[in-house]
This record gives sequence, C-alpha cells and structure tokens, in this order.
Amino acid sequence: MSKSQKIRKVSFEVLRYDPDQDSEPYFQTYEVPCQDEWVILDAINYIKDELDRSLSYRWSCHMAVCGSCGLMINGEPKLSCHAFIRDMPDHIRVEPMDNFPIIRDLVVEMDGFVEKLADVKPYIHPKEERSIDDGCHTQSPEQLLDFQSLTQCINCMLCYSACPQVALNKDFIGPAAMALAHRYNLDSRDQGREVRKDVIASNKAIWECTFVGACSEVCPKHVDPAAAIQQAKIAATGDYFKSFLMPWTKKNKGNSEGEKS
Amino acid sequence: MDKKEQGQFGRRKVMKQSNGNYIRSTAKFSWYLKKPKYIPYMLRELSSLFVGVFCCFLVWGLYQLSQGEVVFNQWLNVLWNKLFWLNIVIFLFVFYHSYSWFMVTPKAMPIKFKGKRIPGWVIIAAHMIMWIVCSIVIFALFIYGA
Amino acid sequence: MNVIECDVVIVGAGGAGLRAAIEVAENQPDIKLALISKVYPMRSHTVAAEGGAAGVAKDEDNYDNHFNDTVSGGDWLCDQDAVEYFVHQAPRELTQMEHWGCPWSRQEDGKVAVRPFGGMKVERTWYAADKTGFHMLHTLFQTSLKYPGIERYDEYYSTELICQDGKCHGLTALDMRTGQMKFFKAKAVIICTGGAGRIFPFTTNGAIKTGDGMAMAYRAGVALKDMEFVQYHPTGLPGTGILITEGSRGEGGVLVNKDGYRYLQDYNLGPADPWPRKKAMELGPRDRLSQAFWHEQKKGNTVETDFGDAVHLDLRHLGEAKITERLPMVRELAMSYMSVDPVKEPIPVRPVVHYTMGGIDTDINTATNIRGLYAAGECACVSINGANRLGSNSLTELLVFGAKAGQKAAEYIAENNNDAIDNENLMAQAQTAIDRVMNLFKHKGKENLVSIRNEMNTIMEAGAGIYRDEQSLKQAIDQMTDLKKRFADIELVDKSNVYNTDLIQALELGSMIDVARAMAVSALNRKESRGSHQRLDYVERDDKDFLKHTLAYYQGDENPTLDYRDVVITKSKPAERVYGGKADE
Repeated sequence: MSKSQKIRKVSFEVLRYDPDQDSEPYFQTYEVPCQDEWVILDAINYIKDELDRSLSYRWSCHMAVCGSCGLMINGEPKLSCHAFIRDMPDHIRVEPMDNFPIIRDLVVEMDGFVEKLADVKPYIHPKEERSIDDGCHTQSPEQLLDFQSLTQCINCMLCYSACPQVALNKDFIGPAAMALAHRYNLDSRDQGREVRKDVIASNKAIWECTFVGACSEVCPKHVDPAAAIQQAKIAATGDYFKSFLMPWTKKNKGNSEGEKS
Repeated sequence: MDKKEQGQFGRRKVMKQSNGNYIRSTAKFSWYLKKPKYIPYMLRELSSLFVGVFCCFLVWGLYQLSQGEVVFNQWLNVLWNKLFWLNIVIFLFVFYHSYSWFMVTPKAMPIKFKGKRIPGWVIIAAHMIMWIVCSIVIFALFIYGA
Repeated sequence: MNVIECDVVIVGAGGAGLRAAIEVAENQPDIKLALISKVYPMRSHTVAAEGGAAGVAKDEDNYDNHFNDTVSGGDWLCDQDAVEYFVHQAPRELTQMEHWGCPWSRQEDGKVAVRPFGGMKVERTWYAADKTGFHMLHTLFQTSLKYPGIERYDEYYSTELICQDGKCHGLTALDMRTGQMKFFKAKAVIICTGGAGRIFPFTTNGAIKTGDGMAMAYRAGVALKDMEFVQYHPTGLPGTGILITEGSRGEGGVLVNKDGYRYLQDYNLGPADPWPRKKAMELGPRDRLSQAFWHEQKKGNTVETDFGDAVHLDLRHLGEAKITERLPMVRELAMSYMSVDPVKEPIPVRPVVHYTMGGIDTDINTATNIRGLYAAGECACVSINGANRLGSNSLTELLVFGAKAGQKAAEYIAENNNDAIDNENLMAQAQTAIDRVMNLFKHKGKENLVSIRNEMNTIMEAGAGIYRDEQSLKQAIDQMTDLKKRFADIELVDKSNVYNTDLIQALELGSMIDVARAMAVSALNRKESRGSHQRLDYVERDDKDFLKHTLAYYQGDENPTLDYRDVVITKSKPAERVYGGKADE
C-alpha cells in the first residue's frame, strides 16, 4: 500500500460563545489542512491543539459509541467522530446541537435530556422474585431480537436536534426516551408497561409525535425511534380500548403489544 | 484568524431564553421550509385536510343521491364542470395520502414470520396491491352500475 | 467555600463506579451518596469495551479452570486469594446484570451464550453481540436511575483528596460548567476513575482515560502498584487506535503477515491447526501476540499502511452471515475508519495500548492504606490481573470489585461515626487544594500544553513500549523529570470560567505526567521479563527476586521511591506459561 497523504485545505466556520465575555454567539473561521481519512473531530482537535486553545467541545471514544460528540455539521446533526470530511465540501459550518441551550461554544446543556430518560423508568420491573441462585432468565434469540435494535441507543441526542417537535415543545419527552421505554416494554423479562404508561401514553410523549421521522434518519445506530413510537401508539390505543371494553384484563400485563409471543 | 466575523453562512439562528441561556432552535412556524426533506412530511400532513374535504364531498353526494336521480346527476355535473380542478387537487392529495402512509406502514408493523422479521418492502407491496385491487373492484362496480 | 456534605463520594461513573453506587443505594438507602464524574456516566470508557465478561458458565468448566487461566495469564503476579474470590463472584455478578436487563447474547435454548477468548481453556466469556461494555454500562446507568439516593454530579473534575490522620475526609472538585471549586466533605471515598492509556500515543483509550484518580490517590500517599505493566491489545486500527475486539479472533479470525503467513506459530503459540483452538495461536494471551508483532516488525514482515506498520486480521473465511450476527460492530468500524470491508478484505491491525494492569494499591477488600479510601476497576490494582490481563476479565472485575467497594465503604461508615475531626484543618487543606487549581489557572509562563503532551507520548512509547531496556528507561525517566518541571511553567490560553477544557486538559496532563513517571521508574527497577513487561536486557522471568509487586510512592518533583511486596501465592506455584499445542498435553 502506497503512502498517500492527500491534504485538503478546508475552512471551518465554528460557532463560539463564552457567557463570561460574549453578549451573544458569533462565528469564527479556521483554515485546517485535513488528511483524507479525517473526521470532523480530527479537524476540531487540530483547531484546539494548533490554532485556538480556547475552543470547548465534548468528545471521548472517537468510535461512535460514547455519544459525546454530537454537533450540527452544515446544518445536519452528526457525530463529529463519524462525519467523514472526504464526503464534505471545502467550507464546513460547525455548530452546537439544535434545541439545547448552549453552555459554551459547542457544548450544550443536557441535563433536561437525562431527566427525560429517567422519567420513563428505564429499568427492569421484574415479573417475579428471582434470586441470583435462581440463575438467569431464559430468553430465546428471537425474544432478544424483538428489542435488540432498541438497545443500541448511545444517548447522543442527535434525534432531539433533528426533531421539529422537540424544537416546538420543550416538554416533549423526545425520541430517545420513548425508544428506551419501548425497549423495556418489549423485553421479555420486564413487566413495567403499566408503570410507564402515565408518562408514555401522554400528550408530552407519544401523542406529541407527528411521525416526521427525522429522528430515525439521523440516528447513527439505526435504533429507529420513529418506529418504536408508532408501535407504542398502537399499543397504547389497544390498552385504552381494552381497559373499558375488557376491564377484567386490566390486571394482566402484556409485554408486547398485541404481538404473538 | 479574525474574531467576530459574520461568516459567509450569514444568519445566526440562536435565540436568547428568558434565563439568559442561548438556545439553538428552529422553533418558528416556517420551520419546515428550512430543509427540503421536511416538505414531503408537511404535504402528507396537509393531505389529511383534503381527505377530510373529500369525505364531506362523499356525504354531500350521498345526500344528493337521496334526493333522486335528477338532482344527483345535476350534482355530478357541478363536480365535473365547475369543481373539476378542485377535484383533481383533492384526488392527488388523497392519492399522496395513501401512498405516503403505506410507505411508512412497516415502521408501525413489526410482523414476524417463523421467527424472522418480514422485510419492509413486502408489507408495502402487500398494501399497494390491496389498494390497487380494491380500486379496480370499486371502479368496475361504478362503471358497471352506471 | 462551597461545601457539600455527604457520606460516600464515588469518583467516576463507569462500570465500577455505577456498580458501587448501586450497591450502596440498594443496601443502605439512608446513606448520602454523591456520584461524581468528569463526564456523563454513559460516556465513561466502559462503553467502548467489546468482547465480553468472563464468568464460569458451562457444566464442563469450573472455578479452578478460571483461576488457573487467570493466574498463568498474569504470569503468576496475581494475588491468588483475590483471584479465588473473583472467580467465585464472577458468575453471580454477571447473573445480577442479566436480572437488571443486560441483553446477553443467547444460545438456541435461551441460556446465556459464552464465547472463547484469549488465554482461556474453556469458553466462559459472556457477551452481548460485540458491544458488551456498552450494554453493561447502559444497563448499570439505567438501573442506577431507580435509586433516588444516588445524587449525581456530572461534569465535575475531582482534583485532590483531603485526608487527616490517615483517614480520608473527602475531596475537592471543579464544577466544569461554572469553574467553581467545591469541597465534598465525606466519610468515605471510592475511586473508580479508570486507566491511563492516553499517556501513550497509540491507544484504544478515549480522551478521558488520563489516570486522574490514580494520580489523586498517589499524591495523597497511596502507592501505585505494578505500574510497569501496560497491556498492548494486539488488534487496534492503525492511526486511530480503535479497538478491534478479541472476539473477532474468538470467532475464528486469524493474524497473517505480509506474506499471508500465520506468523504466531513461530512464537510458541502453534501449531496453526486445528483452528480455532483455545489458548493457541490467535487465542493466545495479549502480551505474547503484541510481542510477536514487534518481532515481525523487526524482521520486516509487516504490512506498510498510511499509518505505519501493521499485520492483517483476516475474517473473510467466517462468511458474511456470521460476521453480521456476531461481529457487526467490527465490520462497521473497519468500513468507516479504514475503508475495509472484512467480508472481502483483511483488516490492517497493530498493537495499541489498551489497559493499565497497575494502579492504586488496594487489598482484597478494595481498601487502600488510607482509612475510608477505596478503589475499584481499572484504576485499582488488587491485583487479579498480575503482569498481563486476560481479555474479558476486566469487565467482570468492575462488577465484582465495584460491588465490594460499595459494600465495604458502607460498612466503614456504619462503624466509624464518632471520631473527632479537626474541621478547621480540613477546611484549610481544601482551600490549599482550591488555590493550587487557581494558581494553575492564572499562571503566566512560556510552556505549551500540547507540546508537552506530545513529548510525553513520544518519550513513553520509545522508552517504555512493548520492549524496554535499561538505557531506554533511564532516558525516559530523565526526560519525564524534565517534563514535570516544564509543566509547572504552562500558561493557559483559555481564561474563561465556563467549561474551560484548556484547564481540564492541563489538570489531566499533570495526572498523566505523575503516573507516567511511576510507570517508567517501576519498569527500570524490575530487572526481569514477565507478562507485558519485557526487557531486552533481562529476558527471563526471575521468580527468586521478582515474584513481588512494585509499589511506587510519590515524591513530588523527585522521582518516586519504590518498595516491594510479595505476591500472595496459594494454590498455583509459578510454572511455565504454556500456550499453543503444548497446552493440550
């Protein structure tokens, strides 16, 4: 393999904001000599190391699994460690994620997001008492497949940046939180759907979603939260009708909506 | 490296919140015009309006039918002559409504067969075929009836 | 001064920290618990671990097997009482994770599946596709949301421990968002801050692995144990250092040099066939595989890539279906970052720094020599990993010793409520600690942070890499001493109080310099080759003089002083480490 170090000069327009000294955000431009295999994160690290030590941003794993580095790249929410410069033009605009308050430069406030995750009670509500000595639950590969794609969420929040409803309604619980709730509702070991219902089947959650589908388009892990939410809508509707058409089934907790197990 | 440049991308889309935080948001009523990919979504939503209008037409037509053949034929005339373009527009939107919703149906229907997920295109194809078959049957009935 | 009073402070919210927090919150809900982390919990580096977590599972397996594999894998430097405890607790902790919802991959019959892993005689590595660390971390984080008693302080950088009369009374930490320093006054502290791979230039480790907790304990007087043992993972992507899991070899992947030859058979790991075969060839221990690369590189047998020399990891013979099912992340990483589809081409890989076997000196109960101070996870050295860690032992280690730390810290608080504390002295110490950070913040000097960091990387890779010798280590030690002096003259460019990453990187660099010096000095004085510490000038293992742990003690600007402690040997006497065909005999 030959050494091919193609360097391309790319101009980065980066949003800057320091509440200590700036009255409002502004853009600052940097010229970066980019190597062919670089991702946006490599360029931003170059800016910080060589051009401007004062640039603040989040990153850690550089392999699209920790979810730290979400940014708006030319108006699209992307992970900066997974956005390849070779696919991009010579001028790139870098901004912090949409729909979140800006703390500093490219760093956004994410406590609201973490609270929304916690609101859906995203942990196993066990079906029965089970001690460690009883061993693991039995779960077939098919049962695992039912919810496996929903477990892939890295909490990167790109879906919140893409979702117009998140922009319009601050209380909207958002795609990732609902996908996470659905992940547990579909897990054969969980029976928490009743408990999550108040939060999920509300007008701050699934009924606020109008199925724009932008969340699933930007998700780097193909979690498909849009699908999860529509399935949750069907399940919630089913529950609603069942509750007054067949009130005797109220005590029964299904773990998949109308699905054959 | 100049500080505080306006930048060639112009407008800064930031809003100041009441608590002093800056938030980046596209929370305006024209949000869907910002990105080309939102337009099909808005058209889909708009189409439900036309579906509603079409339902009203059907009810209206039912009432005209109840008034006898002459009245009904006059009504059909009005639809065909005075409201022709409106009907075309309604038809296109109703068509788009069905088409766009069938295209996303697989998301809401994770059906399994023998342990494996049925691919999305199969579900879409099944809906489309049903749609075409029903349309042919109803149209044939209509022609036959007339 | 901002003082936050609590009972237990846990520093670090990765696998070990979250497990400790859950242990405390579940069993002692009245305890006031503060969980501090410099990143949000789901960003912790546990998330990047791929292959799996080991725990005896199959009927044909037993604790003795796991014990023996671990001890021999660690080249007999493991404390065997701790390993005994570890192997017994392992399946229990992994079962607990399953109860909490961890999506372990399954066999057809619905039982948890296990896969073969390097250095293990019987397969016992529980896995969740090829993202085990990710699933474990998210399971732990989501489970932790169940307990309102866990008070989280996200994006707080802990700077210094506050101790008095041999007892720990908390620590100072920087609120990254406001730049405010706070004193967390506590009765017990558990450090779970992870390893220090960022000391080296090529590493699988994320930006946050900078040894902060190790440095904190070190500066407070706790020894750093066995720091000379740094594990190189044999298969990282050249350039980025991104980890390609050992699981890819567990599923049957092979390593070949530029001639397409499976070179490991030349290094006492063969014969090449039948394959796959446990504890042989590509499923040998990590230190041997990394060392084989070094030799192949010297012989000129490696493949040249744009990012330096590499060898090829060939998965093509596994077929697309198996790769998609068992190694989807490996395929995605190779395609994204190397433009290589493993279904069609071999992946270029090279050894990269991956794990720090050494760390904060703790006993089998995760306690340090400072009362009330505990440590667990990669930042600690119990030691169960000895001179070389077996793959998939460390994810289990987080759970076993994270739980232990939580348990012991809670017990300690219950028993130690009434000792008199000199509050004024604590406040004064906290103020001094805060002033130290402020001085760094305001200092005017001529040194550049990035240059110093790059130099540290270069020095440590050259002087204390896969192979070391007296001259290279002495040079590294001298250069690092000089670097520490120059570091004191750094001036920060970013003067803001809000989310100042220039300051955080400076604090992290300070930690890394101290930890790196401990690594280099410990390595110089271990005049033998054992596990991942290989000396060109002392090639044999020396059990007579060096069946001991190295203990490095901080001496400020001066080089650390060393002491030694015998390894705890119970059932397994040091023998020859045997892999490959011979292991079957």
